[in-house]
Amino acid sequence: MTGQGHASAVVPVGEPMLPRIFRVVKRVRETADTFTFNLVPADGGQELAFQPGQFNMLTAFGAGEVPISISGDPARPETLVHTIRAVGSVTKVLCRAAKGDQIGVRGPYGTPWPVEQAKEQDVVIITGGLGLAPLRPAIYHVLGHRADYGNFELIYGARTPADIIFWRELERWRGRFDTRVHLTVDSAASDWRTNVGVVTHLIPRARFDPENTTALVCGPGVMMRFTVQELRNRGLPLERIFVSLERNMKCGLGLCGHCQLGPVFVCKDGPVFPYSRVRDWFEKREI
Amino acid sequence: MQSIAAVLAEHPFMKGLTPRQLEVVAACGEKVHFKPGQFLCRDEEEVLRFYLVYQGRVAVEIFSHRRGAVTIRTLVEGEELGWLWFDKPYHWHLDARAVELTRTVALDVNCLRQACEADHDLGYEILKRYGHSLAVRFRILKLQLVDMYGG
Amino acid sequence: MVSEQPEVGSRAVVAAEDLQRLLDILKDRGYTVVGPAVRDGDLVLEELDGAGDLPRGLKDEAAPGAYRLTPGEEGRFFGIRVGQESWKKFFLPPTLDIMEARREAGGWRLVLPGQAPPRFACVGVRACDLAAIGVQDRTLRHGLHPDADYAARREGAFLVAVHCTDPGRTCFCASMGTGPQAVGGFDLALTELRQGGRQVFLVEVGSAAGAEVLAALPHQAADGSVVEEAAALIARAAADMGRTLETSGLKDFFYANYQNPHWEQVAGRCLSCGNCALVCPTCFCHSFEDVPDLSGDAVVRRRRQDVCFTLDHSYLHGGSIRVSPLSRYRQWLTHKLAAWQDQFGCSGCVGCGRCIAWCPVGIDLTREVAALRESDAETSPNP
Repeated sequence: MTGQGHASAVVPVGEPMLPRIFRVVKRVRETADTFTFNLVPADGGQELAFQPGQFNMLTAFGAGEVPISISGDPARPETLVHTIRAVGSVTKVLCRAAKGDQIGVRGPYGTPWPVEQAKEQDVVIITGGLGLAPLRPAIYHVLGHRADYGNFELIYGARTPADIIFWRELERWRGRFDTRVHLTVDSAASDWRTNVGVVTHLIPRARFDPENTTALVCGPGVMMRFTVQELRNRGLPLERIFVSLERNMKCGLGLCGHCQLGPVFVCKDGPVFPYSRVRDWFEKREI
Repeated sequence: MQSIAAVLAEHPFMKGLTPRQLEVVAACGEKVHFKPGQFLCRDEEEVLRFYLVYQGRVAVEIFSHRRGAVTIRTLVEGEELGWLWFDKPYHWHLDARAVELTRTVALDVNCLRQACEADHDLGYEILKRYGHSLAVRFRILKLQLVDMYGG
Repeated sequence: MVSEQPEVGSRAVVAAEDLQRLLDILKDRGYTVVGPAVRDGDLVLEELDGAGDLPRGLKDEAAPGAYRLTPGEEGRFFGIRVGQESWKKFFLPPTLDIMEARREAGGWRLVLPGQAPPRFACVGVRACDLAAIGVQDRTLRHGLHPDADYAARREGAFLVAVHCTDPGRTCFCASMGTGPQAVGGFDLALTELRQGGRQVFLVEVGSAAGAEVLAALPHQAADGSVVEEAAALIARAAADMGRTLETSGLKDFFYANYQNPHWEQVAGRCLSCGNCALVCPTCFCHSFEDVPDLSGDAVVRRRRQDVCFTLDHSYLHGGSIRVSPLSRYRQWLTHKLAAWQDQFGCSGCVGCGRCIAWCPVGIDLTREVAALRESDAETSPNP
């Protein structure tokens, strides 16, 4: 159901390892080490249509290539948006990109968040840290088709207030009457006026009908494991809890063998999975 | 105006106690309100009261010279402060400060302990809730310790 | 002498001396002819100038952690079994420059490699190796995204397979259902035998391209006796394997045995050197590197062979997921024998036995699987 979206005319079909060239038109600093880039095609080709949850392989020419989730609005593909944290050799170079710089883009790849299947259900999104970035396209989609869904709850946790991303949008979403946003941090200085505690502790406060809910979860592995447990305690079946997983990826095409988790390739069988599918391997160590 | 017993009946910590048990507990307590910035308790003070928050928000803080006052937890309506009152050494090890206008039922811990000794059925009910409270806090603490967002 | 176009599936007899003619015909048709040869006393796969390059009269002996060439049956071309190299050397070369990015005034421009890859005629593909090529096809040619270079190399290739009549002591293709008879995917398949005192090949036609080549070779009709003898030799080989691997329920077994105590036993021996993955004909892991020149204005993207035994293989966010050598050996074997089935619809192992010979400490996966099963039977709770 995924594949490469619209194949650009400028890259020969059959050369899936060749990136398209995109140009940075905007750079926003989210936190000390996380940046959001707005990109447009620099090769005269089409805009990159994608589904929420998909990712691209981004090339920092000279440094290498990494998988980064698309964090923009799927209804506005004319701008390609990526939120990147500078943690490794390639992302550190990517995060130095300035307006006008060129980045290689291959994709979109991967399975999307189940926004279609979740119609007419309550939707609960639970995310932590940078996990909000791959979920933002799903949030945009739900808010853009609000009548298609029941209750909509967003639970977001970060380490400290300085690590919160998309702060202004979080405020905007919280201001809506048809959306509930719960925010928490692991620890804070005394001027922080909202919650301190872990994300999972907010789940009992979320309003949803477990018989009729789809949960979308993304964040550090530990957070996802404990979140799934809390959701199960509320009666949510594992088939309706969706997680977005990460693994080392070199190709994004299911060819290089690096992203395997047991029998699944995270790049093409995922990164979004119903938890029931990956539970046997995700819960074991060193797999 | 709601009686203390009525407020307790709706609070998750005391919910499920029989009306008679609620009256016994209520007899140990009084309604206490805090303005923003006021402290419910301070580090090193003797534990005299067990607070059940039924409105508002409380920041639980630990002070370190390097970082200043660090909020490690916030409590809102339906939660409680001072779960350690059941166990020696009966001294607070943190500060708790109201962030918003906060309304609580403050229970005298000596009174409550005596009531539990006198009526073991009540004691068991309180201990069950105390154990649950510990379990919840433990889970939260473990996740905070792991620093799952780090790196 | 029969000279009209043979049919696919038909058989003919070709004299051993005419093997040279076969190589010539393939060269004339533009193929780069590759096959087994001896270099520095070791068996390699490389370009053949002629039939004289083949390891005629040689045999090989393989054992855990050991391999050497020995004198074999005189005149026999394919007395050797398999060496450390496999045909993935040609279809999935260990290094490949896939593109170059050049920084120009307007920005980066991508340059594709100019040349098409060679068309290989592989002579002497053992049944296990033929099956391995088919296994790699499932991953690299018939997946969601085909690998363009692999697909082109496979498309242009001509395969001359060899049915095994004398398996090695580390071979277990019969257990894996991949031999000793080569089945499907070849253009021509040979059984080497003696008929009436002379060395001949019973040639089987596997494709239209193979039929064309056979038509250009001097050949004779295959009578019943030579066909029968070939079949008998292959049947005998199937019963004379050096090792066996019990494959029933293997996938579910591995999925249920991640915590099997026997893994510790293997981990104590495994060096994580990755030899097994390097010599395995189905292992396909590869990585990519961007290699800039000194100016930084030209960057080559290079694909290189990789193995799951490195810490880097599972690196993520400042740490690796598979840190312990135990987890890395377990990943390799579980993937090979279990997960592969869910991913590609077949086993990843073809029973060639290379991993047994080229493991420096002689880990034998047929023994390890048996030990895992025993250990599981001992520790399983009673139902």
